[in-house]
Amino acid sequence: MAASEVTMRVWRGDAKGGAFTEYRVQSQEGMVVLDVIHAIQATQAGDLAVRWNCKAGKCGSCSAEINGKPRLLCMTRMNTFTPGETITVAPMKTFPLIRDLATDVSFNYEKAKTIPAFRPGPKEPDGTRRMFQEDVERGQEFRKCIECFLCQDVCHVIRDHEDNKPAFAGPRFFMRLAELEMHPLDTHDRKELARVKAGLGFCNITKCCTEVCPEHIHITDNAIIPLKERIVTEYYDPVVWLLRKIGVR
Amino acid sequence: MAADVKYQTHEYDVLVIGAGGAGLRAAIEASAQGARTALVCKSLLGKAHTVMAEGGMAAAMGNVWKEDNWQVHFRDTMRGGKMLNNWRMAQLHAQESPDRVLELEEWGALFDRTKAGLISQRDFGGHRYARLAHIGDRTGLELIRTLQQHAVHKGLEVHMECNIQRLVKDGNRVSGAVGYFRPTGQLVVFKTKAVVLATGGIGKSWKFTSNSWECTGDGIRLALDAGAELIDMECHQFHPTGMVWPPSVRGILVTEGVRGDGGTLTNSEGKRFMFNYIPDFFKAETADNEKEADAWYEDKKNRRTPDLLPRDEVARAINSEVKAGRGTPHGGVYLDIASRRPADYIRKRLPSMYHQFKELADVDITKEPMEVGPTCHYMNGGIRVDADSTATCVPGLFAAGEVAGGLHGANRLGGNSLSDLVVFGRRAGLYAAQYVKSLSGKLTVDAGQVEAGVQGILRPVQGKGNENPYAVHADLQECMQSLVGIIRTEGELKKALEEIAVFKQRLGRVTVEGGRAFNPAWHLTLDLLAMLAVSEAVTRAALERKESRGGHTRDDYPKADPKWGKVNVVLRRKNDEISVSPEPLLEMPDDLKKLVEEKQ
Repeated sequence: MAASEVTMRVWRGDAKGGAFTEYRVQSQEGMVVLDVIHAIQATQAGDLAVRWNCKAGKCGSCSAEINGKPRLLCMTRMNTFTPGETITVAPMKTFPLIRDLATDVSFNYEKAKTIPAFRPGPKEPDGTRRMFQEDVERGQEFRKCIECFLCQDVCHVIRDHEDNKPAFAGPRFFMRLAELEMHPLDTHDRKELARVKAGLGFCNITKCCTEVCPEHIHITDNAIIPLKERIVTEYYDPVVWLLRKIGVR
Repeated sequence: MAADVKYQTHEYDVLVIGAGGAGLRAAIEASAQGARTALVCKSLLGKAHTVMAEGGMAAAMGNVWKEDNWQVHFRDTMRGGKMLNNWRMAQLHAQESPDRVLELEEWGALFDRTKAGLISQRDFGGHRYARLAHIGDRTGLELIRTLQQHAVHKGLEVHMECNIQRLVKDGNRVSGAVGYFRPTGQLVVFKTKAVVLATGGIGKSWKFTSNSWECTGDGIRLALDAGAELIDMECHQFHPTGMVWPPSVRGILVTEGVRGDGGTLTNSEGKRFMFNYIPDFFKAETADNEKEADAWYEDKKNRRTPDLLPRDEVARAINSEVKAGRGTPHGGVYLDIASRRPADYIRKRLPSMYHQFKELADVDITKEPMEVGPTCHYMNGGIRVDADSTATCVPGLFAAGEVAGGLHGANRLGGNSLSDLVVFGRRAGLYAAQYVKSLSGKLTVDAGQVEAGVQGILRPVQGKGNENPYAVHADLQECMQSLVGIIRTEGELKKALEEIAVFKQRLGRVTVEGGRAFNPAWHLTLDLLAMLAVSEAVTRAALERKESRGGHTRDDYPKADPKWGKVNVVLRRKNDEISVSPEPLLEMPDDLKKLVEEKQ
């Protein structure tokens, strides 16, 4: 088994302040960054704070910034770095720091509460719900989301502008809105919400969210842009506007 | 010392501990019944181990095979569990799981569809018909997200990253719980009339496991300490197919759906070895040649492929092949779907397996076989409960999901876990709320018990020893992996008990530095209390059952013994010791007996 020494700079600190601390540990074949963090915990810094659960890219807990890039610690293999390279691991910047690599992501849980729930229409006459595979697949893409919140972390609307947070739900929840809008059985209309309260207009389609998504969901192309198009049709198409004005829907 | 310790207090009717599928469903139900309900979880909401369930949830809906019904599902479950199951739980589970699947659809879940637009169902081990409702190979994620979103919109109160360390009782009844919040170290006391334990599994005591860090068996420890009983703890499931390479990902699950969708197990000689491991018990319903096995996927008039025998059989077979020198370079066997199904089909049916192997092992599963081997996966046993109400023998204490025992007997069939969560999660919430309504008089939260709970939580940050909790954990995992693994003997089990006693002493000498705010060393030390309780319970039960049955294999008693097939091994805590006693199974009614005994 090929073992080699790696050097990792890890952010240590809390809301009051902190600094990067350098650690050297043995790396083994197949290791991911989270394995190195665990090795540091076990041998050098037992109190190094990091969130993780499944270590298989399925729960979205171990989000951080590796060499400045938002990534999952458990899905970043050590052999993707140049041998000898010092690897820097920092907490997500967009959310308040709790300690070391753990941040307060409650912003996301608050936003989740603001989106009206799924509301299906009546059942088929035979008592079943019928949907076809090609129709559920659009929503299924967004339901792959593991809520790692890396898309929220990278989004410059809130990453660099704290004051936008109250008026902006972020890519994860645009995706949730799009998923409900495209659900074959749903009867709610959430376009007004997306436009006004969720702040979809702030998004200028830089696709940063799509680039960092560990599930490779096409957040911008398949969720945000179609949602924007629906809103344009609803609110800014002169014919639709006129029809609505005179009470035709 | 602790006189100045401040803790938060909250008051509820029903406190649900654990926010995986069972906990979420229990909380939704209790709340819908009008009980003031709160949900407590160790991680962030939506991260529980349920997200890792892949293949699907078993429910005899008959959407793909109209011949399927609850009776067949009941029969499959009992036979898969080697008849050790609580028959009433198996019956309720088979009868109610279709409704629970449809309920998820009603709450927004997007299951894969049949051509007729209904919920699609896939083949899995031990199930006579294609029965698992699924969403590709990420069914658990869909289940948890659907329940989470439903709970959020019902306004359910959730305390995230909160760890409960002790239950408080008023007389023999549950009246509260003591814990702390992981991010801050803040202590908390819940005053509550009922508690639902839904804390999930125990895999973190083993070295190679499919389980996430949370699966430390907290509910097992809380239940034992509160006076509840455990059953079938020796029947611990090793899933046949975990990743074996690279070393850092060893144990991560490879869904049974790979075999359900046509994948086969082969050894280093390229032989489909499962044909050599068909036990008499399953001979009548299992294909004995490749032609019939392959034809079974399309036409259920053929007998089922032995690649889809119940998990205990497949795990033991793989173990034997590797031992006989017919393993892969990294000590597993091959799981091959690449040569059997088109690449597009594989990517569509098994997207997260494709992703997992590509990113973690540099293996393209559409082009080459996977290397797999057994991994510690699931506790078939657990807290002893009443089948209908999920009540334990402690008034006000309920348990549902993996932490509860009985439904699966000696071995769980794939797909029966997700349905277990929602069938018995709902029942736990319902009956906990009913129990609360029936209570009269006031419950008190005893200050002495709270103080003892607080002292236990704070001990590691106030200690004076020099032991490292990470080292204790690693040594415990090594011990359980090598001495209480897939094949057991009396000598090794006794040695494990000796080692566990030493780990307990070492744990008492742990001191953690770095304060109480988000301190993983402190968290691990407290989790180890549960892991040690679990390890001891499993080992004592394994020592007691002198036969091989389901997930429990004794090298010194290699055969199933009809005498042991009539009893559960029951564990209780008495004066700080865990006592063990075999007790008779519930007697099954004749009409159900007939169902189970039918040949096909």
